[in-house]
Amino acid sequence: MLRFVVRRLLQVIPTLLLLSLLVFAWLRNLPGGPASAFLGDRATPERIAEYNRLIGLDQPIFVQYGKFLGRIATGDFGTSTKTSQPVLAEIGRAMPATIELSVAALAIAVLLGIPLGYLAAQQRGRPLDVATIIATLVGVAVPVFFLGYLLKAVFAVGLGWFPPSGRQAVGLDATNITGFAVLDGILTREWDASLDALSHLVLPAVALATIPLAVIVRITRASVLDVLGSDFVRTANSKGLTPGVIRRRHVLRNALLPVSTTIGLQVGLLLAGAVLTEKVFNWGGIGTLLADAITEKDYPRLQALLLLGALVYVLVNLLVDLSYAVIDPRVRLS
Amino acid sequence: MRSVRRVSATLMAGLLAVALASCAQSERSDAGGQSGAAGGGTGGTLVFGAPGAPDNFDPAFAQDGETFRPARQMYDTLITYKLGTSELQPALATEWTPSADFTQWTFKLREGVTFHDGTPFNAEAVCFNFDRWYNLKGAAAQTQAYYYGAVFEGFAQNETEAGVAPVYKSCAASDPTTAVISLNKAKGAFPAAFGLTSLSMSSPAALQQFEADKVEQSGEAFTYGAYATDHPTGTGPFKFESYDRTANVITLVRNDQYWGEKAKVDRLIFKVIPDENARKQELQAGTIDGYDYPNAADWESLRTEGYSVLVRPVFNILYLGINQKNNPALKDLRVRQAIAYATDRESLVRNQLPEGAVVATQFIPDTVDGYAPDLQPIPYDPAKAKQLLAEAGQSNLTVNFYYPTEVTRPYMPNPTNIFTALAENLRQAGITVNPVPQPWNGGYLDSVQATGTQDLHLLGWTGDYNDAGNFIGTFFGTGKPEFGLTDPALFAEVGAADAVVDPAAHAAAYEQVNRDLMTKYLPAVPISSSPPALVVRDNISGLIPSPLTDERFFTVSKG
Repeated sequence: MLRFVVRRLLQVIPTLLLLSLLVFAWLRNLPGGPASAFLGDRATPERIAEYNRLIGLDQPIFVQYGKFLGRIATGDFGTSTKTSQPVLAEIGRAMPATIELSVAALAIAVLLGIPLGYLAAQQRGRPLDVATIIATLVGVAVPVFFLGYLLKAVFAVGLGWFPPSGRQAVGLDATNITGFAVLDGILTREWDASLDALSHLVLPAVALATIPLAVIVRITRASVLDVLGSDFVRTANSKGLTPGVIRRRHVLRNALLPVSTTIGLQVGLLLAGAVLTEKVFNWGGIGTLLADAITEKDYPRLQALLLLGALVYVLVNLLVDLSYAVIDPRVRLS
Repeated sequence: MRSVRRVSATLMAGLLAVALASCAQSERSDAGGQSGAAGGGTGGTLVFGAPGAPDNFDPAFAQDGETFRPARQMYDTLITYKLGTSELQPALATEWTPSADFTQWTFKLREGVTFHDGTPFNAEAVCFNFDRWYNLKGAAAQTQAYYYGAVFEGFAQNETEAGVAPVYKSCAASDPTTAVISLNKAKGAFPAAFGLTSLSMSSPAALQQFEADKVEQSGEAFTYGAYATDHPTGTGPFKFESYDRTANVITLVRNDQYWGEKAKVDRLIFKVIPDENARKQELQAGTIDGYDYPNAADWESLRTEGYSVLVRPVFNILYLGINQKNNPALKDLRVRQAIAYATDRESLVRNQLPEGAVVATQFIPDTVDGYAPDLQPIPYDPAKAKQLLAEAGQSNLTVNFYYPTEVTRPYMPNPTNIFTALAENLRQAGITVNPVPQPWNGGYLDSVQATGTQDLHLLGWTGDYNDAGNFIGTFFGTGKPEFGLTDPALFAEVGAADAVVDPAAHAAAYEQVNRDLMTKYLPAVPISSSPPALVVRDNISGLIPSPLTDERFFTVSKG
């Protein structure tokens, strides 16, 4: 197991190096740049040239890349061209927001998705199953931003049940310890802050959870149906095991294998979905950083985010591989 | 065995939670959770939705409206603009007098004013600020001090290629209430330019203590000293309290020692909400009290819902740019006139632009001194356009028409719709239009401003201060890839108007430039001026929309 993990981690290094080169070259070949973004309609050719000269964008791209590699070797991912803040510090500040949102969305998707998928499979062809299939189709088809605006229009503006955007009410003066607003409220016993953070979390988490929820329901349903029809379930039935035991020990365990793979993949998609959700809900997480960086052509921030995103993706998939061994003892890592 | 493990794990998790909770201390102030509790006042908290975050809080390094917005609440300039207008009025200076040749400006200063750090504002502080800007060192700092550079043209030691001989010469504090600014040459932009937010007065003590001039290049970015990031110290009606970069919330508190009319609200919060629809929903949900730049399509519905839409007086211009270098056919004045006759600007303004928008008759709005009132709009006349094209031998003219996407500007709320209308007008006149859409910062600005690869394009300008040169000098003062102009007579005429320093003669000179631009040169087609708006809840009063987007929140109260 350890050897497997170490080998997989070592494989990450050339992957990230290659990706960094691609990202670096791609960004610099996009039209526009930080100079145009910064100067806007007050730009002149002279000002753009001066700006580029000052920040080294007039140098050959391999020189720029060499300097970039030198900096990240020392852990310096640069400074945002828009905010003048160190990129890693910005990411560190924004990361809890995205993790909080993604975990909440994933929790909703998993906690609702697996039971729903299981129930739909058990009631195959009945109204619950049909309704689930239709609902999941809609869930996958509705764009996140549209759903976000819709949720806000109904539950924030119309009914006033939840705040429309942001992570905390302005002026709440909540203590920040970990950056996870809900958790910080609990740790500091600022219960109002925790509740406020929770109320801010509901709508974006629901919006973000919709697609993974639909996917998990469908995969669970298909997987359970597959397992229910297998020989060993029939054998278990015929030898008189109770339905509960069959469900827990045989059906769910086997059916969850593809579901866990799907959940791993959904983590990556959640991060992608977070870009839109965070924009709609002014969430202030990694997605917001990424969206702003694209608009502003903020090279250092984009480079750091894309590389760190790739790293997270690779690590999550490694964890998924490891989870196979836990869920199914027949799987051996080598 | 398994249950023992579970119990142990649960116990460990519980212990960890208890340990963390015991380490975590609430850092709430006594006023925690009570918005609007600053200083025990009763004016409450005003939360205003801003579309963007400030770059920093040092007005000397401010270049855009979102950076100016908080700075305008915390700082004062020597001269300011009367609320809701572009007219000058006293601020930290009660009087200002030019010498006969306009190379010396004497400012009589207001007495009894202190900076937020308690240090006195006086003539020495004025000179300290002017000398600071003039002596800025390093290309990074000089590049960031854009407005000082644009107005005063150069620094003591120019370290950028843009710098030329400096206009600023010296400052003398003859007594605590008299500051005399000497210039190397007279300039028509004064005194209006003294009102620029970038020329706000900062506390000399704070500037030094927090290393205000420490602007450095770091990788591909610039970094600022602590003054600009966390310790802005002016004399304005609000003081800086905090900038929560995670939540993107800027908090200012009332300056109870303010020399002028004290702010009515205790606390002023700018909440950055980039998405316009999100700003609207926050207003509707009651979590903000107002926001900037509501979509013009929403103005009516917002009013119906009971909100106050405050439309600013126009102070911008949208033009149809013509690049004579890229397409030789456009060098012919008759072709450019044909394009002007072909554009139905009345319909465009009526159908595509917000209420309050007007057809432009020249390259400045009528709120700017130097506007020629006798100029009439070029009428929409497709037949005349065809005739002019035929006379020029360009009946089969084809143009590459660039327009921006992924952007709205105050002068150009919906570029695609504006392009569509204008392109159809041109087609009606027999001109073949090749549409070239490009993202604003994904090639458009580079194409249009730096390389000049377009034949026609859409662009505009929002004025910084009341001076025709701020518009016309920017467009046509020198040759630029944007227009491909090479006519020295035009540059000389604009330069001569700018050099006239007597305010009345300065305006008259620009009136003539405007007439000549429309009749002799027509280097582009002025299209329209559009007013951006603000919106506030019905219990908010006193916010005065400014043509310069120079809204001051000290007048605002919350009912």
